[in-house]
Amino acid sequence: MTSKNVHVKIGEMKTNNGLIKNLELSIGKLVDDNWTEPMGPTPMPHISTLRDWDMKLLNKYKPFYMPDCDLCCLCTYGKCDLTAGKRGACGLDIGAQSSRIVLIACSIGAATHTAHARHVVDHLIEKYGRKFPLDVGGLNVKVEAPVTRLVTGIKPETLGDLDEVLTYCETQITHCLSAAHTGQEGNNLDFESKAFHAGRIDQVGMEVADIAQISTLNFPKADPEAPLIRMGIGSVDRTKPTIMCIGHNVVPSVGIIDYMRDSNLADKMEVVGLCCTAFDNTRYYDRAKIVGPISWQLKFVRAGFADVVVIDEQCVRTDIFAEAEKVKAAVIAASEKSCMGFKNRTNDPADQIVDDLVSGRVPGVLILDPEKVGEVAVKTAVKIAPIRKKLNALPTLEQVKEIAKTCRQCNLCQRSCPQDLSISRALKAAAEGDITLLANLYEECIGCGRCEEACPQKIMVHSLIVKCGEKALLSEDNLCRSGRGAISDVEIRSVGGPIVLGEIPGILAVVGCANYPHGGKDVYDICREFASRRYIVVTSGCSAMSAGSYRNEEGKTLYEEFPGGFEAGGVLNVGSCVANSHIAGAAIKVANIFAKRNLRGNYEEIADYIHNRLGAVGLAWGAYSQKAASIAAGFWSLGVPVLVGPHGSKYRRMLLGRSDKPENWEVLDARTGEKVNAGPAPEHLFQTVETPQEAMVQIAKLCIRPNDTWKGRAGKLSHYIDLHKRHYGTMPPDIHMFVRTEADIPITMKDEIGAILKAKGWKESLIPDPTLLPRMVRKTKE
Amino acid sequence: MSCEPWQCAEIAATKKANPIQKPEIAVAMIKKASRPLLIVGSNATQRWLEGKQLIDYIIDLANASKVPVVATAHMVGEFIKREYQPAAFMNAMDIAQRIVDPQWQGIDGKGHPDLVMFVGLPYYMEALILSGIKHFAPDQKTMTLDNLYHPHASWSFPNATLEEWASNLRVMTSKFVEGGQ
Repeated sequence: MTSKNVHVKIGEMKTNNGLIKNLELSIGKLVDDNWTEPMGPTPMPHISTLRDWDMKLLNKYKPFYMPDCDLCCLCTYGKCDLTAGKRGACGLDIGAQSSRIVLIACSIGAATHTAHARHVVDHLIEKYGRKFPLDVGGLNVKVEAPVTRLVTGIKPETLGDLDEVLTYCETQITHCLSAAHTGQEGNNLDFESKAFHAGRIDQVGMEVADIAQISTLNFPKADPEAPLIRMGIGSVDRTKPTIMCIGHNVVPSVGIIDYMRDSNLADKMEVVGLCCTAFDNTRYYDRAKIVGPISWQLKFVRAGFADVVVIDEQCVRTDIFAEAEKVKAAVIAASEKSCMGFKNRTNDPADQIVDDLVSGRVPGVLILDPEKVGEVAVKTAVKIAPIRKKLNALPTLEQVKEIAKTCRQCNLCQRSCPQDLSISRALKAAAEGDITLLANLYEECIGCGRCEEACPQKIMVHSLIVKCGEKALLSEDNLCRSGRGAISDVEIRSVGGPIVLGEIPGILAVVGCANYPHGGKDVYDICREFASRRYIVVTSGCSAMSAGSYRNEEGKTLYEEFPGGFEAGGVLNVGSCVANSHIAGAAIKVANIFAKRNLRGNYEEIADYIHNRLGAVGLAWGAYSQKAASIAAGFWSLGVPVLVGPHGSKYRRMLLGRSDKPENWEVLDARTGEKVNAGPAPEHLFQTVETPQEAMVQIAKLCIRPNDTWKGRAGKLSHYIDLHKRHYGTMPPDIHMFVRTEADIPITMKDEIGAILKAKGWKESLIPDPTLLPRMVRKTKE
Repeated sequence: MSCEPWQCAEIAATKKANPIQKPEIAVAMIKKASRPLLIVGSNATQRWLEGKQLIDYIIDLANASKVPVVATAHMVGEFIKREYQPAAFMNAMDIAQRIVDPQWQGIDGKGHPDLVMFVGLPYYMEALILSGIKHFAPDQKTMTLDNLYHPHASWSFPNATLEEWASNLRVMTSKFVEGGQ
């Protein structure tokens, strides 16, 4: 695609109709592309363009609000008490205020990914030029940017095209956020619709970031065989100087890796990462290592493994400079979004900065030139490592017991712990000489450090937990597949039919963080369960790390046990947070490549297709961030249900269907226009589950779709029933809602289910060609 | 016993739960209700009180009081293992959403519950659900049987030790056994 600003100026022109003088004509953009697909109805949607579609979903899945606070304190009228129906000074009630918070969260998330994309794209354009071609999978990926094509109607071909796409995203995010200002939007469903819009834009922003870096930095390109990466502190040679990169933006890390390789130091030092930067480092350099998910950064910094900590952006602990200072590690802030109060040394000579860091004259610096970050980080790590080797970062076990004796058993640690962990009890046991309970907390603690903030005795609780869990920490040495990027068109062609017909029982996307007690193991168990059942299991971000952090009875990680392709029984890691867009992209590509639906600016139709036909469900087991909210919103607006673990309830708003209200489950049969009750499929759009057992049952159920063939439905029901019986000890009470014809009944359960259907007064119903959009009906009822 | 929210960052609500200072008060309120409902969460098997799991105290209470139980998460299986059949089981959010719907006719279809009790959900999750009910069904009476103070409920036990909790549940059960429902 090429586009340019057009400005025409005519001084004087004689025509048959008269004389034209001093005519000036400006056209904002003139688009010239060779994409022949006709433009759909909603290219570059504004904040209200897709409102009707959003409302269809929001009326089917009504928001259930659980306010975290009775008050609104966003303007100087307030604080306003909104309890139980009271309106604030601006007129908002608690429902609208709750949805406003959702919109703000989703806008922050979308802005964060889009700003990340902006930085990456601007940097790469500067380095490689606007005409650098996009390539996310060679000939195997012709639909290179499904989300962008769908939302904007643009088929990007070069880095410069992505610049145009981002300009659109930035405008939309500004509109979304502005709607949250006092005295703008006033209706809860309209706030929700705008949150959905933020989610759509977020998906575009993420896609732009990832296809830009895949194309230019030679990341794996839709590669099911992306390298297996060593993961965990146990995989790190701790005798070598170690640079730890934390965050999400790979650009500074590229500077580090390039400088290290150019200086022939690759064998002499370690570059490790936490969170999504870790993944993208491995996509660039397969000898980079992953130490773990973002929630454990306090643990890794406290343990003192890193000689230099490089922070880029997103999810970085904002007290990381103070934590690093305690273990004499140097800090380099490499993003203008997180300057951390450091002096900007971008224009200083590298050696001077290195001297300042090594000598401890400054604890950290801000460097906004990625190449200089590389030089300073590498040189500093090499020089500071020998000095730091003498450092004992953690207390000894004897010191742990002594420190534990200072605990007054006030219990404020537990009362401050987001997971209500029994910390006082563990400290009491340690004071009496038994560190078992503190060691057990190692697996449960999510590393927030709130216990220490609450402790009146200033006990470094987290350090004690890490010391007691040190054996487990040092033995962490697993394998995680590097992010493969997009799903190829070839893979979509192979599985599109079986997915839509229900023969592959579903796609499970396990995304976001897993920072929940035992969250990593829960994620592993859930992924393994569904991969074994021949679902397609897609992972990303920190959940992808958790999925690789445990081994089966043969000693294999999930990524060794299951293939990395988008296929039945595959476990594939698409990559970092921004690679989540490939999951939405895969769903969109099924509609496009398998079902031949046009993508271009055709959001409603494609979302309607996905919602009614694609048995996909997202699971964010320990998600915590605003970015997770916007990622989820992008899936909600496509009609894909998302589950969150227990502390996901803190997102404070669910989108719930009511299975007991048959009128909620009517779809149109596109063949006839008849209304057909398709049952609660999927039952919810956003729901919290309390336990991993419940998650497994709900995942199986939420993969059911109105379009399933009888064979597909029978398969899906057999998984649902099997998991329900295993974890709930009984038959699902709603099974009759999912049986449309007797052929839907799993063959081995005919008698059992037949008796239930009889007792419920069940009647056979039609398998529709389902749609929520009247315009998709091919023949209206006469 | 303290009436501060158990989790320190849980902001005290503008409308705070009345503390239940004695288990007899909770019993009286349950007896006064015509359609009470007890919702039991996944901590029912995670909490041990004097060598016995919370779920066993709840079964004793439910049997004595005849209050119908809704099990959340996968707890139904745990109840069935103990030969107790809950009146219903469903996701915690699902039952909460129904409670705020004034048209909902209860799990037996005969009428909306007039008293909803909670026990054994993760603290923050229970707090959020109670907040949702407080705001969107302000006339709904709610009570918690946990040992942690929940400001968003109508009535809550104050923060208490496991021993005090066990005692409260035992006393409640005994009062129903003595007096009948």
